[in-house]
Order: sequence, then structure tokens, then C-alpha cells
Amino acid sequence: MDLALLWFGIVGFFFIGYFVLDGFDFGVGMAMPFLAKDDTDKRVMINTIGPVWDLNETWLIVAGASLFAAFPYWYATLFDGFYLALLLILLALIARGVSFEYRRLGRSEEWKRWFDWMIVIGSAVPALLWGVAFANIIQGVAIDETGTYVGTLFDLLNPYGLLGGLTTLLLFFTHGVQFVALKTDGELKERAHALSVKAGLVTIVVAAAFLVWTVVQHLGAAHLAVIVGLAAAAAVALIGSWVANRARREGWAFGLTAATVVFAVLTILAALYPNVMPSTIDPAYSLTIQNASSSQYTLEVMTWVALAMLPLVLAYQAFTYWVFRKRVTRTAIPVAAH
Amino acid sequence: MVEWLDPLILARWQFGLTTLYHFLFVPLTLGMVFIVAGLQTAWVRTGKLKYLHLTRLFGKIFLINFAMGVVTGIVQEFQFGMNWSDYSRFVGDVFGAPLAMEGLFAFFLEASMIGLWIFGWDKLPAKLHLATIWLLALSTTLSAYFILAANAFMQNPVGFEINEELGRAELTDIGAVLTNPVALTQFPHTILASMMFAAVVVVAVAAYHLSKGQYLDEMRTALRLGLIVNIVAFVGVGLTGDQLGLVMVETQPMKMAAAEALYQTTSGASFSLFSLGTPDGTSEIFSIRVPYLLSFLSTHDFNGTVEGINDLQAQYTEQFGPGEYTPIIWVTYWSFRWMIGLGALSALISAVGLWLTRGGRAVSDRAWKLAIWSAPLPLLAILVGWTFTEMGRQPWIVFGLMRTEDGVSPGVTGLEVLISLIAFTLIYGVLAVVEFKLIVRAAVDGPKEWAKYDADHGAEGSGTGSVDPAKLATVY
Repeated sequence: MDLALLWFGIVGFFFIGYFVLDGFDFGVGMAMPFLAKDDTDKRVMINTIGPVWDLNETWLIVAGASLFAAFPYWYATLFDGFYLALLLILLALIARGVSFEYRRLGRSEEWKRWFDWMIVIGSAVPALLWGVAFANIIQGVAIDETGTYVGTLFDLLNPYGLLGGLTTLLLFFTHGVQFVALKTDGELKERAHALSVKAGLVTIVVAAAFLVWTVVQHLGAAHLAVIVGLAAAAAVALIGSWVANRARREGWAFGLTAATVVFAVLTILAALYPNVMPSTIDPAYSLTIQNASSSQYTLEVMTWVALAMLPLVLAYQAFTYWVFRKRVTRTAIPVAAH
Repeated sequence: MVEWLDPLILARWQFGLTTLYHFLFVPLTLGMVFIVAGLQTAWVRTGKLKYLHLTRLFGKIFLINFAMGVVTGIVQEFQFGMNWSDYSRFVGDVFGAPLAMEGLFAFFLEASMIGLWIFGWDKLPAKLHLATIWLLALSTTLSAYFILAANAFMQNPVGFEINEELGRAELTDIGAVLTNPVALTQFPHTILASMMFAAVVVVAVAAYHLSKGQYLDEMRTALRLGLIVNIVAFVGVGLTGDQLGLVMVETQPMKMAAAEALYQTTSGASFSLFSLGTPDGTSEIFSIRVPYLLSFLSTHDFNGTVEGINDLQAQYTEQFGPGEYTPIIWVTYWSFRWMIGLGALSALISAVGLWLTRGGRAVSDRAWKLAIWSAPLPLLAILVGWTFTEMGRQPWIVFGLMRTEDGVSPGVTGLEVLISLIAFTLIYGVLAVVEFKLIVRAAVDGPKEWAKYDADHGAEGSGTGSVDPAKLATVY
């Protein structure tokens, strides 16, 4: 069995988990200024993700660590190369992470306002930059013969990269707003529903443009049919989500934006294959699944670990979501308690 | 390029800063989770309200601190690739495995359990909820183990072979990596040192309230608990530290020589508690020495031979080629002493405190103040201890295999590292102030709201009783 290919899939799985799960956290954070009319609304929104945001973010840590273990050259080139973009993501995640916990511990309005903004910006920056980063990975960047990225942050902000960023920003926004509609009730839920229908339309247009551009860039690929099929599945899921949302099927709508994220990441992985970071300087410098991977023994060890742990990991995460399955209501937020 | 924009220097400062900063929070997490779990177990088993009050109070402090540990931990996971990409290319095949295991065994569990514990008070049966904090303790401890196994590879690389063609270290024996003697000794040493810090935080909170004469029932319990844990943990820290010393002499003799600034190979070597003069050993003005102690620490034999810096330098030059193989001696010399001294001082204060407060005796305001203000001692000991461990490894990033200067990212400019160094310093600085204020406020508030609730319901802190789970619900 080709373990490097298997790990390409496993790392992909962790990134899919990360974007599906932290994706709606980002959306909830970004939507706060649009949906919350007062402090109680804000707290309701924060509490929809309160018990799980840390768990969702952990998918990123595991994705990063798996990348390190299974594809050290990919990890090294990506993190060294996308230095400033990743720095911004890290700073945003730090600001967002402490804000959930610290916001409630302050006593002044000003204190809360500070942390509100940290949540909004701390959600929007990663939602945008992850798209920029992944769009650039599939488009290819300037990697030299030592596997070092020789461009700058501004080279990443090219039209295709920015379109990728805008796509993830909007997709996570819609995903999160639908999550709010699914997890709250009353007026807040109504506002979330109305906003998600509007946001969904814009997302469909932008995401379609990104998917088409992605397919066009890979017209010469041997497995073009796979790429087109996955991109089409992402588009169908997104449109299906909007239709379900209009019909007020919140569970379906949310599930289908989740499916959109899944198929979008799969499209990216398929477009990358067999590379992991193509070079625009010379295809011979590209990092591939085979030349960027760890040794056979390391991959075997990690495969056993993943096989043993993943079922357990998924089971207790599912249990956590089940425990917190109920909607968060305004009455659950105690007045003046913290 | 100007000197201060040297990416190597800046990357090293950044690693030192972000790692020590991360470790401001880690010990309290590692230690406090056991204290909170113990207190909650006492509450579930006895139904005594004081245990619930203490669980909630120290649980709150634990959570404020936990958030910082989590967010600063992400930086750790990323910066190997960002600042040390050539290091990552060289060791990733070996070093990545324990990090990925940490994620799969520990981080997912930790993140699930923290959510269930914070928000599950009114949603889970009491015993299941209690299980979540113990699983949380298990996960934080496991994560410490895996990251220490990764660090141990840098100190004492095992279980690998060099692939000449690819120019990297490749894993050959995961069991050897996970049972690295450095990891096996460093792990209990780290956990127990963390217990010390958590214990003195408990002592400080208790001392504050006892000095005000409030919440006596809860705080007397907390005080004794903290004092005893600190003393017991210190004994463990000493024993494991002793073992760690033996392992260090085996694996990194230069580090032990640098810890004492011992230049000449010596039998029956003494250990200086304090010395004045230039630390290169040429012009010592004054020192207080314990005869034979260094030999004993290094070999468990009073007349054992301890290799000196000069001989090791010559030996390494022969082995690895010309170069400087000595760490910065004044850093290793003093950090080693401060680590031991600060930790011992903390335990001594606790031992005296335990005697003075026996049978619930009150002590003077000055003694209470000492209990409060001496709380940072174990944390400082831990920080200088890590400074010793990591600086004592220099000039190697992986001992004997790769020098620190060869591990830095080739594609990153000094300016980029400088920008991130400034950004981290600023955000970390602000958050440190915020975090400290929040913890102090929580500590000063004590079990205020709980005492009021119980009084309203006809029970005092010393009483037993059941509490409506809805009252225990936590929301952001």
C-alpha cells in the first residue's frame, strides 16, 4: 500500500475536519456585528460555539502536526514560505481564543467591546487567509531547487489567491450564520435565517467563479474528470444548501454547507495531486506526495497510531456535540452574572 | 545586512521568548488540573460544600490560565516550520511523530474534556462530569509526555539513522524515541515541578483569605492541601532531578560541566553554591563550596570523575571538527543554581508554614504576606530550569547531529522574524497583564458568590448538601 498517498488523504481529512468545524466558528464570530442586537444576543452566539470552539481549533493543530510527521518537507516549505500569512493567522487565533474566555470576566462595557472586536477580526482574518494560502498552494508558488519559497507575502495576494480567500471568507460566513439559525431561537434565529439566505447567494456566485477558475487551471490534468466531478459536487451542495435554507430546513442547510466545504477541500486535493506544493519556477522543483514524505517506517508507525486513535477520537467528539445538542436560548443567559 | 537583522539571532530570541512565555502557563495547567480534580472528587464523595467551593474557585483560575496555554501552544506547533524549516527538514521524520501522537492521543481528548467540564455541570451526571476532569488531567499529562519525548530527541537523539542521500535523520525505532532516558526522567521532573507551582498558588489564595479572616473553613483546607502538595512534590522533584543529572552526565557531559563551570576534569569535584569572579574559572575571587558534591551529583560516587569543559571541547573538536562546543557558561552556571535554589526555598517556606499553622493556628500578617509573595518561586525555578536545559544544549539544536545555526529557515528574512518577534512580544505582553489581573481578581473574590448562595439556602461552607445542577451551569 502506498502509505504516502494514504497520508495525503489523512492530512486532507484533518484539514477538512478543521475547515468544516472551525469554519462555522469563524462564521459565528464574523456575524456577531450583523446579528446581535444586544449583549445577550452576543452571548447566545458565543455560547453556541462555547463548548466546542477549542475542540474545532485542535483539528488545525493535529493537521499541522500530521503534516510535520508525514510530510516534513511540505511542512517546512509551507510554513517557512507563507511566514507572514501564517503569522497573521496565529495572531488572529490567539486574539479570538482568549476572547471567548476573557470577555465574560470583565465588568465594563469597554472591556467587552475590545473582546468583541478581537472575536470578529480574529475570525475574519483566518477565514480569509486560509483561502488565500490554499489557492496559492494549488496554483503553485516560486519554489527554488532547495525547496525554499522565494516570493513574498504580496506575491500570495494575486487575483486567484484573493478569490480563494474571498470564497472561504463567504463560505465560512454563510456556514456560521446557518449554524446560528440552527442553534438559537426567537428573533436572533429569524435574523440569522434572513442573513444566511442573502449571504448564501453571494457565496454561490463567488465560489462558482473560484471552482471554475480552478478547473480551468487544471484542464491538462490526467485526472481532470475527478477534479470537475468534485468541483461540481461542491457547487451542487452549496446550491442545495441555499434551497434547503429557503425551505427552512436548517439541519439540511447546515449539513450541505458542511458538505460544500468537504468537496471544496477534496477539489483542492485532487487539483494538487500528485504534487503537494507545485513550483512555478521549474516543475522539477515541485514537492510531491512521494518526495516530500517521511520514511516508510515513520509512515507505518503513524498509520497504526491513526488507525487506533481515530475511531476513539471521533467517538468522544461526537459525544461532546451530542451533549451540547440543544439550542441556546436567551433565557439560558443569566442576567448580570459572569 | 545589519547585525540586528540576523535571522538566526532573532529566531533564537523568538523561540526563547515564545517558549518561556508558553511555559508561564503550562505548569499551572499541568499541576492545577490534578488539584481541581482531587477537590471535585472530594466534593462528589463527601458532599461537603467547602470542596465544591474550592473546586469552582480553583477551576476558574485554572480556566483563565488554560486559555493562554492553548493559544500560545499553537505558536509552538507552527514555529518549527516557520523559523526552523531546515531543522524541520532534517528531523521531521523522527520529531514529527511524537508531535502528531500528542495531537491524536492528548490534544483532541483535552479539547473535548475541557468543553465538557466547563459547560457540563448541569448536563452530565455528577460522576460522569467528574470523569471529564480526570480525563482532562490524563490528557494534559500525556501531552507533556509526548512533547518532552520530542525535546529529549534534541538533547539525546536515539532510535534513528542518518539517510545520507536525503541528508536527514530517519526514525528506526519509535519505542526508543518514546523511552528516551532523558524523556523518562524529564517527564516526572516537569510534572512534579508543575505540581509545586499549582500548590503554592493554592497556598497564596488561601493565605490571602485567611489573613482577612474570611472563608476560614475552605481556606484552612486549601492551605494545608497546598503546603503538603508543595513539600511532597519538591521531594519528588529532587529525586527525579538527581536521576536527570545522572542521565545528563551520560548523554550531555558538557552540560553538566557547564552547570558547574568546571574546566578541568576532576575526581572528587566540589560544587559551588555561589561564586564571585569571572566564570571562566581563571580568576575566582570567592566561592562557597560543598566538597565532593558535584562528583556525587554526576556519578553517585563522592570520588567520581567529572569531565571538564576543556577536555570535552578537545574531544568534540576531534569528533566533529573545529568549532566552539561550549555553551554560554554564566547562563548555565547561574540558571542551574537558581533552579535548585528557588525551588528549595519555596519548599522550605512551605515546610515552615506547615509547622506554624498546625492545628489551625493563625500566623502574623507578615507570614501571610510571605506565603502570597513567594508563590512565583517555583515558576521562576521552572523557567530558569528550562533556560538551563535549552541553553546547555547549545551550540547544538540536535545534540551531536545539527548545530542551531544550521536549522534556521533559509527563506525567512531577518525583517520577517523581527516583525513577528515584535508582534508576539506586544500581544503576549498585553495578554500577560490581562491574564494576571483576571487571576488576581478571581483569587481575591474567592468563593464569594457560593458562600452567599449557601447562606441563602441554610448551609454554611462547612456543611454538606446537594446543589441544584442548574445553579452550577456555566455560560460564556
